[in-house]
Amino acid sequence: MNDYNFAYLDEQTKRMIRRAILKAVAVPGYQVPFASREMPMPYGWGTGGVQVTAACLVPEDRLKVIDQGADDTTNAVSIRKFFQRTAGVATTEATAEATVIQTRHRIPEQPLTEDQILVYQVPIPEPLRFLEPRETETRKMHALEEYGLMHVKLYEDIARHGQIATSYAYPVKVEGRYVMDPSPIPKFDNPKLSDCPALQLFGAGREQRIYALPPWTQVVSLDFEDHPFVASKADHDCDLCGAAESYLDEVIVDDQGGRMFVCSDTDYCRSRREDGHTGRLGTPAAAQVEAAE
Amino acid sequence: MTVHSTITTAPLLSVRGLTKRYGARIGCADVSFDLYPGEVLGIVGESGSGKSTLLSCLAGHLPPDAGEVVFATTDGPRDTLTMSEPERRRLSRTDWAFVHQNPRDGLRMGVTAGGNVGERLMAVGARNYGAIRDCALDWLGRVEIAAERIDDRPRAFSGGMQQRLQIARNLVTGPRLVFMDEPTGGLDVSVQARLLDLLRGLVRDLGLSVIIVTHDLAVVRLLADRLMVMKDGRVVEQGLTDQVLDDPQHAYTQLLVSSVLQV
Repeated sequence: MNDYNFAYLDEQTKRMIRRAILKAVAVPGYQVPFASREMPMPYGWGTGGVQVTAACLVPEDRLKVIDQGADDTTNAVSIRKFFQRTAGVATTEATAEATVIQTRHRIPEQPLTEDQILVYQVPIPEPLRFLEPRETETRKMHALEEYGLMHVKLYEDIARHGQIATSYAYPVKVEGRYVMDPSPIPKFDNPKLSDCPALQLFGAGREQRIYALPPWTQVVSLDFEDHPFVASKADHDCDLCGAAESYLDEVIVDDQGGRMFVCSDTDYCRSRREDGHTGRLGTPAAAQVEAAE
Repeated sequence: MTVHSTITTAPLLSVRGLTKRYGARIGCADVSFDLYPGEVLGIVGESGSGKSTLLSCLAGHLPPDAGEVVFATTDGPRDTLTMSEPERRRLSRTDWAFVHQNPRDGLRMGVTAGGNVGERLMAVGARNYGAIRDCALDWLGRVEIAAERIDDRPRAFSGGMQQRLQIARNLVTGPRLVFMDEPTGGLDVSVQARLLDLLRGLVRDLGLSVIIVTHDLAVVRLLADRLMVMKDGRVVEQGLTDQVLDDPQHAYTQLLVSSVLQV
């Protein structure tokens, strides 16, 4: 077959990562240190997520990899190919069919189920990092639940921009205890973190941390009484599939300032078009097939 | 003649036999004193006399080797050295305040003035932006910083303003005990004078108890009710400020007082 151990990592490494994952699941939102390995890709490309995925995969799994919601971008394609080659697992682009989903910066639009694991790639796991540079101090702050500083960041946002301008990596509190960085997902996705039936695992390779949200964990986005959390998105419908409820990417289409908004979740957009929904600029899926022929 | 209440007030802070060693050398040795509510205690001495070490031990920044520091918490007197760390840290952001010599150590330089003042409020659970901002504005006014500077960062402030901002940031939660480490150090004399004036006003209005460490005898004469003189880690003389400064008993205090330049 190939010369790699199943899913690239050796069995002892996978055991070490699984132990970290178990601890992370036991203490939701707590950052568990683990001995992150060198992976055959640069830091920042998902080395943490890949290691967590490798430790979770079994031969029967069906893997989906998304990057900013898309199945067809470089990062998603290369990680998917990586596991096809080193683990030989089946892959899919359909959210509903996948058992393990590795994601960079999005949560799929389609609701997840209890049979799925969502693995996040995390660049900077410490939500307090830009406010307090000392690791010894931030650990102490987590241990003693001193999270006033997190609100200072939100206060600064309102003072400077009139509203909470943090639009991604929006800090959350897990089960009323740990403040957690949900990885750079748009804050539109934050409500989906809470009460999610799927197991959510977060891996940061360079920073050597794993944390987790077990299924049905309560996750609250931090805010002020008079400036409550708002899960915002672009105020448009998808130009291809017409969806009003999905997170949108803005695409510049010409040099005259022309633009279109499309679903960032490519699988969601495709399946909607196949179901016959059409947006402002979209052509029905059937017409596309005819044009191709 | 006013008759003072015969009820004896308990000391706010009671220190017994506080000792800190750095290896074989002494940081401070066998320091004992009581601080009563509303009292300002000055600690003077030359560089290396152990006054900053003493202050750090009192404020819980350094673990002393021996002694006890009993603080009258709202639940009764407690030895802060045997307290758990969460309790001590809670104390240091509610009932205590620490004004550093260098505002850069006490302020967050990347955060606006309003955020700096509001941090302690948010740390004790304030979650209403409007209320936090009103409180910050009120305190900026009290330390004579213009309201329109609330969204400026301390980097853009002068040294004196930074120091006043640090004081506002510390006093916003209504502490009962304030530690000050050379609060007027590094400021020019006219700015010093205004800061001292402000401090005197705040101390009197809020009834604060203060422990102030300085090498500037003029500062303690203006601010402190009582004075402790330290040399080589030990307290060599203590008493009422005027008494100590006007009639120094210990040879070192005499030297210290006579070393002040007369203009």
